[in-house]
Amino acid sequence: MIAELGLAALWLAGALSVLQLFAGVLAVRGHEDMAALVRPAAVVQGVLASISFLTLLYLFAITDLSVKLVATHSHSAKPLIFKLSGAWGNHEGSMLLWVTVMALAGGLIALIERRLSEKTMLATLAAQAFVGIGFYAFILLSSNPFERLPMPAAEGQGLNPLLQDIGLAFHPPTLYFGYVGLSVAFSFAVGALLTRSVTPDFARAMRPWILGAWIFLTLGITAGSYWAYYELGWGGWWFWDPVENASLMPWLAATALLHSVSVLASRDALRTWTIMLGVVAFSMSMLGTFLVRSGVLTSVHAFAVDPERGTFILILLGIYIGGALTLFGLRANSISEGERFKVTSREGALVFNNVMLSAILGIVLLGTLYPLLTEAFDVRVSVGPPYFNPVGAIFTVPMLLVMAVGPLLRWRQDKLSRIQMPLAVIFAIMIAVLGLVVVLGSYSLLADLGLAIAVGLAVASFLPLRGRNLLRVPLATWGMVIAHFGLAVALFGMASESAFTKERLAAISAGQSTEVGPWQVTLEGVQPVAGPNWTALEGQLSASYEGGEPIMLNPQARNFWAPPQETSESVLATRWNGQLYAVIGNEAGQGRWQLRLWWKPFVTFIWYGGLLVALGGLLALIGRVATDLKRRRVMRRKELHQEEAVA
Amino acid sequence: MKKLWLWIPLGLFLMFCGVAAYQLTQPKDEFIPSTMIGKPLPQFDLRAASGDRPGLTTADLADGKPKLLNIWASWCVPCIAEAPHLERLRQSGAEIVGVAIRDRPEDVARFLDQYGNPYTRIGADDLSEVQLGIGSSGVPETFVIDGKGTIVYQHIGDVRASDVPVLLAKLREAGA
Repeated sequence: MIAELGLAALWLAGALSVLQLFAGVLAVRGHEDMAALVRPAAVVQGVLASISFLTLLYLFAITDLSVKLVATHSHSAKPLIFKLSGAWGNHEGSMLLWVTVMALAGGLIALIERRLSEKTMLATLAAQAFVGIGFYAFILLSSNPFERLPMPAAEGQGLNPLLQDIGLAFHPPTLYFGYVGLSVAFSFAVGALLTRSVTPDFARAMRPWILGAWIFLTLGITAGSYWAYYELGWGGWWFWDPVENASLMPWLAATALLHSVSVLASRDALRTWTIMLGVVAFSMSMLGTFLVRSGVLTSVHAFAVDPERGTFILILLGIYIGGALTLFGLRANSISEGERFKVTSREGALVFNNVMLSAILGIVLLGTLYPLLTEAFDVRVSVGPPYFNPVGAIFTVPMLLVMAVGPLLRWRQDKLSRIQMPLAVIFAIMIAVLGLVVVLGSYSLLADLGLAIAVGLAVASFLPLRGRNLLRVPLATWGMVIAHFGLAVALFGMASESAFTKERLAAISAGQSTEVGPWQVTLEGVQPVAGPNWTALEGQLSASYEGGEPIMLNPQARNFWAPPQETSESVLATRWNGQLYAVIGNEAGQGRWQLRLWWKPFVTFIWYGGLLVALGGLLALIGRVATDLKRRRVMRRKELHQEEAVA
Repeated sequence: MKKLWLWIPLGLFLMFCGVAAYQLTQPKDEFIPSTMIGKPLPQFDLRAASGDRPGLTTADLADGKPKLLNIWASWCVPCIAEAPHLERLRQSGAEIVGVAIRDRPEDVARFLDQYGNPYTRIGADDLSEVQLGIGSSGVPETFVIDGKGTIVYQHIGDVRASDVPVLLAKLREAGA
């Protein structure tokens, strides 16, 4: 019965999204009596979708093996947390999560959004419902998560062992919150196009959703990168794999959107461009989903691959993105460009950043889709770091340089001579760092440039606070400062890792030692160990940093049995100045074992930086929402005063 | 259509849709045969995993009679599910030898007591050397070995009712 309850709630939610769409469209076209239906429909839809998802969680929690999805993706012997994460660690469940978050977001807009004109609001909710319908149809018609088995299974088949990791359990939902947040921005953009009202108020209404989506995407990418780093055991943190790119592309678009929506909110400029980015950002989320799910591209991460579902997503993509872009082509003419500004100004810097971000997005998109294109002509290619790193750098380097300067400029028009001093300081720091790393023995152009820019940017990011009363600086400004500083920290980690990493592949027997960078590593022995659903061979290593006190490390080569799969559990020894990364491999004969070791200076800064960027976003979001609430209170008090005066 | 650039995104997007749609209709070759099929077993000599069955060596699998080689373990839940089907295979005349992965003799004995013992020999593979040597990545897995010690078929995962006739047919083929 429970599964059927979930299914029924989902059908009802889907039906409500149809109602919401039609009522919304009719209301916008002048049937005002329909308007009253739209907001309640959105709220109830959110509640019903949540019930449906909670039902699925419950079925996974009790391992109800009469439900096909549970039987194929879970197992009675799994720890509870992985039973629960099994609910979304598959195609059907993750789509249900997607639609649930989307419905909740719709409900939330309906409940709290008061800045938009009523008409734009209704158009936005109608657009939100229109996007929702496609996903409901997709789930209900082709990927029903509540499908029963004709006969209950005796035992479940388990969850992909690579996914049985606490970090990864929460990774897909994090990204999904980001994707869905962008779907809200998309609905806003479509709503504004429909009613032709692209205003600063519209930008302010849209901004928290973009900020929220952006925070989740940032966290998702950071966590995903760290997961790939420690779980896949290959020692790298970014592979330019299609699935990684699928999360990076919406982030790039959202970053550009975030900055252009700020210009629209404070200066009423960049109207068409902001709408365009709103459409593109969500397009990138859907494109990513398509690439991951359809199996048209080969990836190390892709799971739940199915061409039939790919077709369904492609059709959805065609309707939504094609529809929005057509609407954009038809309507964008009638949106005037808004305020003008000089090149040397805060807006000018933001536009430059937008153009560079879009160029990087274009490069990543091209590199990701290129294999798809050539395969149509039967040529198999794989595009990797040799393309992405240098080509991306062509646009990343100038973007980072302008990013260091932009926040120091005034709105509308300014002169570079006004900020001569800070410019000279930043430039001097970069030259000094460049000299220093060359002396230290790194001759990798990109990495050295990266280190110099990172240090320069780190200093520059705090300059906007110069000469201000720190207690009175708005939270949103703090957010910007910290996010920019976070990017500098991450860049420092990336560049340092690529400039100074040391690697050692050794085959040694128990009692022998090897060295990597400042570390001395001794293999004490190898023994079998067993876990709840795996067995493993575990190496006992003692590692000492520059002859100091040795620490014990236990890398494992694990064997999971449901489903059968081998994974290597790398171990990391973290110091403030970097990480030792150890992986144990196969027996190499004569009692020797393969051991792979890396010393990666400052590699952790990559993820600390990512977290700082997200923290900056969070501060900005809190600041914006707080200002908004304050403004709303002031408005209400004014209204009350006026009413009293009239009485 | 004063501003042509407004239509560029749509044009690019439609191009992408065309290529993606074409790619989706292309068949994908997903079947990956084990690289060990058709090759002889590696040399090994495993001690007995339990008190009442002898251990397993390569020579035991080259005595002229085709056999099933079942990779399993007492800590493996799907192995419980496949136990009755292995028993049916044995009753149908298949000779089954086992390789117990990273197991303790008392656990092996307890498992065989509880779920039946279809094996004529069981070797203990503590370091997974046989498992890795014959291209198996997990438990349970079942291999068909012909009388000369060559791997002719690999079944990944637990043996289910529907797999029994398939395995029997493969055994017959291997014997001919």
